[in-house]
Amino acid sequence: MALFFQTLPFLLDGLLTTLLVSVSVVVLSLAIGIPLGCMLVFGPLWARLPIRLYADFVRGVPILVLLYFVYYGLPVIAVNLPSLPAAVVALTAFKTAQIIEIARGAFQSIPVDQMEAAKSIGLTLPDRFVHVLAPQAVRRFLPPFVNSVVDTVKGSSLVSLLGVVDLMLSLQQVIGRTHIALPLYGIGALMYFAINFPLSALSRRLEKRFI
Amino acid sequence: MTAAPAEPVIRIAGITKSFGSHQVLKGIDLAVGKGEVVAIIGPSGSGKTTLLRCINFLEEYDGGSVRIDGVEVGYKDTADGRRRRSDRELARIRVEAAMVFQQFNLFPHLTAAQNVMLGLVKSRGKSKGEARQIAEKWLTRVGLAAKFDALPSQLSGGQQQRVGITRAVAMEPKVLLLDEITSALDPELVGEVLAVVQELAAEGRTMILVTHEMAFAREVADRVVFTDQGRIVIDAPPATVFDDQPNERLRSFLSRFAAFHRPR
Repeated sequence: MALFFQTLPFLLDGLLTTLLVSVSVVVLSLAIGIPLGCMLVFGPLWARLPIRLYADFVRGVPILVLLYFVYYGLPVIAVNLPSLPAAVVALTAFKTAQIIEIARGAFQSIPVDQMEAAKSIGLTLPDRFVHVLAPQAVRRFLPPFVNSVVDTVKGSSLVSLLGVVDLMLSLQQVIGRTHIALPLYGIGALMYFAINFPLSALSRRLEKRFI
Repeated sequence: MTAAPAEPVIRIAGITKSFGSHQVLKGIDLAVGKGEVVAIIGPSGSGKTTLLRCINFLEEYDGGSVRIDGVEVGYKDTADGRRRRSDRELARIRVEAAMVFQQFNLFPHLTAAQNVMLGLVKSRGKSKGEARQIAEKWLTRVGLAAKFDALPSQLSGGQQQRVGITRAVAMEPKVLLLDEITSALDPELVGEVLAVVQELAAEGRTMILVTHEMAFAREVADRVVFTDQGRIVIDAPPATVFDDQPNERLRSFLSRFAAFHRPR
């Protein structure tokens, strides 16, 4: 018990870093991925092609490769990022590709009929988008998006491999000093679970409500 | 009742339409006067739904012209020749030919009243309050007074289609286009939808309907148009079309609806 209270502040620092990385990645990838996803659906061919290539390529590469590429690879062309920004950049590159796909699916799964009905009551393109397409797309976007946030939190443990002291690395550091592995990994797992379980529950509720 | 007035609401002249190498419409001429109800019948693949969809430019015709109250629907003539109209121009024209769809196509995220209100607010410039009043008035008329705030998923097929009709007719379009509006309904729900259409016809609304309900076409239409292989073969009052029809192709088509192929 004493051990628990001694290590807790240290682990909470790590947890904070995990949350910081996760939130940054989610916010950035939403800001980049949603416009790109819309362009993949509605844009001209010259815009769709590179986005399609990017999404397919990045989703086909292990996240760890992306992390090492940004942290160890980019310095070769004089892009020297410290570990935390490098980690956020690499995870964002990956998450953006996923968001692009989720956004594309959300729009494309809306039947063409919906647009025709909107046209036949005289809605212009902006009105069709705002009042008919977007609200339906959001409903289709949310459940897979929330699942993808859960993946981000779990996947963020990889940043420990760049030396970012997140929850994962702080656990390993504490274990390295105390040699008490099992209870500490247990505590770490519970912390990840405490973040992700509410998100999974939310996703299930959204699915029930909208699908 | 059938005398076409001087300037028809809809004037279709020589429209053609191809899907790839298959020509679906091979030069169609049709004029519909104010207050007329025209039923289009014909075998599937004869181009009747395509014809209807050309009227509000959901289907872009290749040649010929469609005019609503004298205004060309899809194109305009400029110094450089014929140009497709802008989205904004199309929106303004399309609302005058509001359509009711086979699969209802209600907006699933909006309530019955909101489905009706959206076009009123966005295309007809009504305030939310006005639009709500109009929507409630119409929904009450079609027997959905208890369903203003129901989502489409909470309504039966017949109820959904009545909302679909309301959404279109509340726009007070110059012509109402009905595309096989009972084909997706269970047989016992067809009556309630047709009753609404009949009432609209009785109050003098201009309508063009594609239908497989021959008895209904006979009862409600001023004129029946028979299309076959991309052309209009017959355009005549129902009595002429359904009774003692000399045209072989029409006779053979109608014989598939045996119950209605009988002299009065």
